[in-house]
Amino acid sequence: MPIQVLMPALSPTMEKGNLAKWLKKEGETIKSGDVIAEIETDKATMEVEATDEGTLGRILIPEGTADVAVNTPIATILSDGESAADLGKAPAAAPNVAKEVEESRSPVGEGKPMISAPPSAPAAVVAEPDPEVPAGTEMITQTIREALRDAMAEEMRRDGDVFVMGEEVAEYQGAYKVTQGLLQEFGARRVIDTPITEHGFAGVGVGAAMSGLKPIVEFMTFNFAMQAIDQIINSAAKTLYMSGGQMGCSIVFRGPNGAAARVAAQHSQDYSAWYSQIPGLKVIAPFSAADYKGLLKAAIRDPNPVIFLENEVLYGHTGEVPKLDDYVIPIGKARIVRSGKDVTLISWSNGMTYALKAADELAKEGIEAEVIDLRTLRPMDTETIIASVKKTGRAVTVEEGWQQSGVGAEIAARIMEHAFDYLDAPVARVSGKDVPMPYAANLEKLALPNVAEVVAAAKAVAYR
Amino acid sequence: MAAPKKSVEKESGQKANASPPEFTKAQELAALRDMLLIRRFEEKAGQLYGMGAIGGFCHLYIGQEAVVVGMQMALKQGDQVITGYRDHGHMLACGMDANGVMAELTGRRGGYSKGKGGSMHMFSMEKNFYGGHGIVGAQVSLGTGLAFANRYRGNDFVSVAYFGDGASNQGQVYESFNMAELWKLPVIYVIENNRYAMGTSVTRSSALTDFSKRGASFNIPGQQIDGMDVRAVKAAGDEAVAWCRAGKGPFILEMQTYRYRGHSMSDPAKYRTREEVEKIRTDQDPIEQVRNRLLAAKVSEQELKAIDAEVREIVNASADFAQRDPEPDASELWTDVYR
Repeated sequence: MPIQVLMPALSPTMEKGNLAKWLKKEGETIKSGDVIAEIETDKATMEVEATDEGTLGRILIPEGTADVAVNTPIATILSDGESAADLGKAPAAAPNVAKEVEESRSPVGEGKPMISAPPSAPAAVVAEPDPEVPAGTEMITQTIREALRDAMAEEMRRDGDVFVMGEEVAEYQGAYKVTQGLLQEFGARRVIDTPITEHGFAGVGVGAAMSGLKPIVEFMTFNFAMQAIDQIINSAAKTLYMSGGQMGCSIVFRGPNGAAARVAAQHSQDYSAWYSQIPGLKVIAPFSAADYKGLLKAAIRDPNPVIFLENEVLYGHTGEVPKLDDYVIPIGKARIVRSGKDVTLISWSNGMTYALKAADELAKEGIEAEVIDLRTLRPMDTETIIASVKKTGRAVTVEEGWQQSGVGAEIAARIMEHAFDYLDAPVARVSGKDVPMPYAANLEKLALPNVAEVVAAAKAVAYR
Repeated sequence: MAAPKKSVEKESGQKANASPPEFTKAQELAALRDMLLIRRFEEKAGQLYGMGAIGGFCHLYIGQEAVVVGMQMALKQGDQVITGYRDHGHMLACGMDANGVMAELTGRRGGYSKGKGGSMHMFSMEKNFYGGHGIVGAQVSLGTGLAFANRYRGNDFVSVAYFGDGASNQGQVYESFNMAELWKLPVIYVIENNRYAMGTSVTRSSALTDFSKRGASFNIPGQQIDGMDVRAVKAAGDEAVAWCRAGKGPFILEMQTYRYRGHSMSDPAKYRTREEVEKIRTDQDPIEQVRNRLLAAKVSEQELKAIDAEVREIVNASADFAQRDPEPDASELWTDVYR
């Protein structure tokens, strides 16, 4: 019986890809291990190897097709003795093995079937107009990945002291393709591949910043930045104070933070609470594409060390970005993404995914949730939170990180300090569970917050 | 990689010349004066610590003066200096004001960091002194970053990163070595080997006690230098600076030196004998070496005494200032967190 070749999942978060090229023609003989096609993901171009032997019977997805969903049949292979007449009775086969064209330490895995979807796809954001964008501004649709790249490129064009360094940022074009094209535009002097040496290159970046340059230090993920955290906190964050204001450090540490999908405990930690505790640091964790762009530009210009927490799950998601020459969003301003009067949901980064979907669900039950995207964790926009809670009398925080000493705990404390008399119920926290991130798909799902938990928490504080 | 350099020009782990080039009389006098200033300053700091005027940790540089003074003689305006927590000598050698340093030690508003940094955390952008760092080894990566910035800007300045035999065992030192050689950064790594990392001797802490070879696996040339002889230090510094300015990458200088005092003021130094300390003081003291050469060259006692007097005056004035100057205003608690 003919075998179907399925579109493989080539990374933990891949949902679709482009079929760039067929390397075998219909009727050609295929041996196990032959490269039959090239697939472009949003991160890399990958080769697809055949795992079965036979003849390439029919190509179902022609080359050049974009956005082919994972597990879509892309071709059929005929076994010995089968002919084209047998086509049409092919059962689905396991997706074929693919390998990256270049090797890296990137968490980009070998092609495994995607057993589970990423934690959750984002809800369509019906945003309140951002005050920074003049009415009538043209919007362009781009991925968060592209928004980040554009922010860096624009700032590098603007200021020769800005440069990017990190693992695979240059020739590889970024482990997550966030720095794609920067090497080509700015050259190897300003787009610098480092060895795998987080502690060392973080220190080199801070030293360069102390002498007045403005480095953007990319960590492949913030999990690896734990190797570098001494330089981030002891050197970058404290020097201005320790020098009596003489010597500062304008530097951005950026990269994906928090859970991706199925990469388990050591690659899935959320560091929001860790960095947001440190005076001397600014900490940004955006959700929307426009905020990613505008806030990264602000971070690069800021004269202080800034931790810019991205989310791998969001990289491929698209959003509307204002087409402005210089779109810079002030650091430290939360945004009311959805207005409501019954309960305030406060979140940031991918936590917004759950908060916004929950707000939709709650609306169906007649509960109008106000949703605040914090965007910046330090300095925290307490004012916006308090004003909202004074209106709604109820609050739920939503975060992927752990609960103990978490950002939600901080928000709850501030609400208690500044709006105690306005509260009609204790503040509720929805968070990641108090365990290291498990690998198994079902357990991972359980470890992360979900929409139902947010809905339940909101109803509980609203006594509904 | 500049392949030819290793085999022909420089090896890791070279011994320096037995007899360094002579100093001119002016150089001898300048070195004497700068070393004396550090010694008297440190003695005074020790005294003030004993009186409770200086708090926390206070790591004195007494015995090691020739290292920083000799190196400074090899540098030019614009070269950067960065070090760890035993930093008072480096600041004075960079030309920072003794009053500002002493007032920082006493935590007063006229201190280099307005009293907010203390002994281990002082900086002067004006004098290109980048600290003053309290985490052992951190300054090595930071100093490599200063060199990176020089390279980025295309200037010919050199950064000098000082660290001790103890810091030499930190991982980030080797991460920095690798990048410095890979990118040919103009950084001189000065390892001040004073034989003890706090209370642990180099033989008890280091698998390879020849620190000039610590860059060997990165192809970084290194030399062992008599760090008690300011002339030897200066000569080695000249060579290393020339190497870096020529774009050949980093250079390691192991300065064999000795601290007379404990690791910090609270260290009873029971890990070594009184005789060991005495022997070095008697035979190798960096200041006495210069003084003896000057006397042999018929410089008058009077001239030397004048230097002594000038230095004492600076130090006494700094101690007065550091005790008279008010503490920082309470409002300073909240300043300089962000800019």
